Amino acid sequence: MLANTQGIGNVHPSVTNDQKPVLSLKGISKSFPGVKALSEVSLDLYPGQVTALVGENGAGKSTIVKVLTGIYRPDEGEITINGAAVSFPTAQDAGKAGVTAIHQETVLFDDLSVAENIFIGHAPKTRLGLIDRTSMIRQAKDLLARIGAGIDPSVLLKELGIANKHLVAIARALSIDASIVIMDEPTASLSHKEIEETYELVERLKAEGKAILFISHKFDEIFRIADRYTVFRDGQKVGAGKIADVSEPDLVHLMVGRSVDQVFPKRTPELGPEVLRVAGYSHPTEFEDIGFTLRRGEILGFYGLVGAGRSEFMQALFGITKPSKGAIRIDDTVAVIRTPNEAIGHGIVYVPEDRGKQGAIKGLPIFQNVSLPSLKSTSRNGFLRLAEEFRLTRDYTRRLDLRAAALDQDIGELSGGNQQKVIIAKWLATQPRVIILDEPTKGIDIGSKAAVHEFMAELAAQGLAVMMVSSEIPEILGMSDRVIVMREGRIAAEFEGDDLTPERLVRAAAGLSEAAS
Amino acid sequence: MSSTLTDDKAPQREVPDRLHGPMQRLLASWEILLLGVAVAVFIVNSFASPYFLDPWNLSDATFNFTEKALIAFAMALLIVSGEIDLSVASIIALASTAMGFAVQLGADTPTLVLVGLGVGLLCGAFNGVLVTGLGLPSIVVTIGTMSLFRGISYIVLGDKAYTGYPADFAFFGQGYVWWVISFEFVLFALMAVLFAVLLHKTNFGRAVYAIGNNPVGALFSGIRVPRVKFALFLLTGVMSGVAAICLTSRLGATRPSIAFGWELEVVTMVVLGGVNILGGSGTIPGVVIAAFVMGMVTFGFGLLNVPGIVMSIFIGLLLIGVIALPRIVRRTLAARRG
Amino acid sequence: MTLSLLKSRELVLGAAILALLLAIASRFPAFIEPSNLAKVFNDTAPLIILALGQMAVILTRCIDLSVAANLALTGMVVAMLNTLYPGLPIPVILLVSILLGAIMGLANGLLVWKLDIPPIVVTLGTMTVYRGIIFLISDGAWINAHEMSESFKAFPRAVVLGLPVLSWIAILAVTGFAVLIGRTALGRAFYAVGGNPHAAVYTGLDVGRTQCAAFVLSGALAGLTGYLWVARYAVAYVDIAGGFELEVVAACVIGGISIAGGIGSVGGALLGALFLGIVKNALPVINISPFWQLAISGSAIIIAVAFNATSNRSKGRVILKKAEHAQ
Repeated sequence: MLANTQGIGNVHPSVTNDQKPVLSLKGISKSFPGVKALSEVSLDLYPGQVTALVGENGAGKSTIVKVLTGIYRPDEGEITINGAAVSFPTAQDAGKAGVTAIHQETVLFDDLSVAENIFIGHAPKTRLGLIDRTSMIRQAKDLLARIGAGIDPSVLLKELGIANKHLVAIARALSIDASIVIMDEPTASLSHKEIEETYELVERLKAEGKAILFISHKFDEIFRIADRYTVFRDGQKVGAGKIADVSEPDLVHLMVGRSVDQVFPKRTPELGPEVLRVAGYSHPTEFEDIGFTLRRGEILGFYGLVGAGRSEFMQALFGITKPSKGAIRIDDTVAVIRTPNEAIGHGIVYVPEDRGKQGAIKGLPIFQNVSLPSLKSTSRNGFLRLAEEFRLTRDYTRRLDLRAAALDQDIGELSGGNQQKVIIAKWLATQPRVIILDEPTKGIDIGSKAAVHEFMAELAAQGLAVMMVSSEIPEILGMSDRVIVMREGRIAAEFEGDDLTPERLVRAAAGLSEAAS
Repeated sequence: MSSTLTDDKAPQREVPDRLHGPMQRLLASWEILLLGVAVAVFIVNSFASPYFLDPWNLSDATFNFTEKALIAFAMALLIVSGEIDLSVASIIALASTAMGFAVQLGADTPTLVLVGLGVGLLCGAFNGVLVTGLGLPSIVVTIGTMSLFRGISYIVLGDKAYTGYPADFAFFGQGYVWWVISFEFVLFALMAVLFAVLLHKTNFGRAVYAIGNNPVGALFSGIRVPRVKFALFLLTGVMSGVAAICLTSRLGATRPSIAFGWELEVVTMVVLGGVNILGGSGTIPGVVIAAFVMGMVTFGFGLLNVPGIVMSIFIGLLLIGVIALPRIVRRTLAARRG
Repeated sequence: MTLSLLKSRELVLGAAILALLLAIASRFPAFIEPSNLAKVFNDTAPLIILALGQMAVILTRCIDLSVAANLALTGMVVAMLNTLYPGLPIPVILLVSILLGAIMGLANGLLVWKLDIPPIVVTLGTMTVYRGIIFLISDGAWINAHEMSESFKAFPRAVVLGLPVLSWIAILAVTGFAVLIGRTALGRAFYAVGGNPHAAVYTGLDVGRTQCAAFVLSGALAGLTGYLWVARYAVAYVDIAGGFELEVVAACVIGGISIAGGIGSVGGALLGALFLGIVKNALPVINISPFWQLAISGSAIIIAVAFNATSNRSKGRVILKKAEHAQ
């Protein structure tokens, strides 16, 4: 309450003595019906230091964040702040204790103003107990200035772009004068430049003496900004220490409990005839003049910054949105695609990036998810034949090594990696000619990742044409035969063979000139 | 659910088709619980009143729910798909008014049936275009058309009524097919089977479930979402037309207040039948049992001379109770376990 | 830009109301005489008060279909209290009606909050239950004017500074709500909870409790209106204000309050209610059968929701530089 007026400009001296954690979790356990999400884990956060929390999906990272922010109450265990035991019955209590979280997707309120977003729950009040708007806007302006954001605090949040929304979330974190800041994959959906700005902010927060818990899947990032690490596996803490004392393979080993072959599957592509030719594909606001060819057995990578128009183009190709002009030829025949149904009819299928919203139909069992686009073939005269649906599902999920209790289990109960396998199986069951994979391994654990890569290679070897959108350079380089780089809705460059280097990709995506080629 | 479900490191094994056998699934279903309620109501009623078990009385009792149930079947599909139609009772009013108007012009029974069905279809199409064509929320659209459709009836009829329906028109609402089995009851049974097959056994029904659980995901799976939703609004409109024919035939007159408030009873029937009001799940057998429960409760109270408004308290409590009870039980069980 | 758009939505509605008034006035100038406009406002006052409460509920992504039944039950209870204890002072009556209404709102709110039952199901159920209870306590009998005390009936009609108390209460409710919505933590929480429930949890807002608060507010206003309604029309029976809940929802929808939650304004709710009130009062004046009213308000709902939807439609991502400049 009064913290936010005093907190501004109040820079704590950077603490060098890292022996004393500001926040300690000890013996924290949390169970849900049938699942033990956390079992006696401990975690220490030190002032002025970044602690990276590492673990596969389902390791318990998000559960611990929810415990820390008062969303979940632990079944057992103790939370101490500066040595004193505390408990967070509600999210409000966690905030009062100085814990704040900046979430994966900046989850704030579109129809409230920037200032209200920053101060919701702890707005400055007048003597009558009403919200003091003038002082709220002034304080918001100060906070935003402090993180170097030139945002007008009185505009509605929905006017802002994703990066600016992120800054508002950070300003909110500062506004409650938190001593502990949790950043849950803060760079997951940011562009290169915005990521750099986020790192600068983290440095600034460190300098102010905040203890930062940084959750990330990106190892380069962890090694760049973290001072310490804690590794979770299957709901247990399996390691912690200083980043300086650990190597990347060590961390990976801790995470998965075994060494994972980071090497991508070896392929000797045998390119068949051309299957798809796109020319001059354009959309009024999203992309322009996209043209390329694709051959059977080829894996064509699409690289670019987030928001370069790659997914938008793919969705147009799949018939979700309508292009304003352009033409497609499939097997050298002109094709018109206006709906996903027509795309599927032409043998083009799309595994979307947003798995939860566009991919999995949660609430339906696995086998019904798989058979959904293939109902025409599994049914007779419009009447369902469940046996056929199960047969189809068995055939395709077996090839992907799906782990599930039964094929009539709700897809929503599966882990992210297994959901992705079901979705890929669903599309393969339609026997497509071209499969588009949009960030196919985003947010899935390393084990499933390898399985997906393996399978992609196998598909290409069988003569399927694959297009893969990915923002992970190792994945793009490791899997693609050829890479198209998009920037601001246009094709910026195309690379193959020896031209395919990380540096060239990054320069093309960022729009930097390249003297060499 | 065992914790091995999500364990990715388990050695590969064959994934079975089904986790539970058919008997287990049946016993855990909402329909069985509801069937229990229906049996209980039946037993209580037969003890409470000596007149209850009389075949003719029981036959009369079916009229309490057959017309509403006809709409409820279509409404169930619509609600499973994540939409709702609150204008159904007003479609009855408009269709009935149109039929009454046609009678004044000397229409015969087949023409009247066509008029009733046609108006229902048109109203459904109107709702469907607004919802799927313009992308408007169905709850608001149908609150609007609910006023509009009945409003047109009021404009046409005011405080007057249409009567003088042809004698053979009475069959739909008053006729008996065999002994105590009324035409309406046969129609109800036939439609129950038809809708159950449509929802549970066809590709169309599967699409309805997919859309109800995740409309975006369904679109991305190649389902023509707007087309399916539009068809469901048409279907609901037509079934309202069918109900209008039966009700008008039974009453022998049309007033603009006909079937007033039925939309809520129809929705109650559907929700009581275990259809999730938020879409995605529910079955036709559930709705059939719910129809019987509501009909028998109304009839039983009627025999005991309990006024209709008090029955509505019971229906209201039943609606909240059947949804609240499983939640309370689940919560206390979870609390005890934890 | 969106702010101005929001403002403009109320402007459009305001302009539509003005145009409607001018059109009526062109043939029946008496309609826009201040005294008649005051009469129209007074007539619309119950709708305005209820629309405010409903707006709070809709902002939090809920709906309250039980308001009219709540109104009728509270009206019946206070009318019976009045017949039993004619000497009961008006402030007590007001307190009882607000409390009783709030309790019924609380019942809705608790079912939504604690048991997670969808609001439309809850209020559909409580709506029939509340109506049924009126029958149980009154035995279906009417309470007529001669059974009510004079002071009981006189309160809403008493004229203060040229306007009846009923109108003043509506004005008070509107100003009170404007402050509540715009300047209190609870008011902003309504928007946050409805706009993004997921985020609301993370910012320490209790979604269920906020929704419950909206229901209590809506219930309290319905209770208050219950007394005013019964006293003004000097009659109480089971079916008073039957179907009024839909008119209340209609006022909100016409006023641009998004049924999906998180969007709407006090001005919108007020204008939406006024629009319906003016139509209702104008019909007899311009010699159109009152039977037209239902169809007109139905059309108004459809037009309003279509208008709001088109002005709210998101246009997708703008990636191309030239498209950005073209905008």
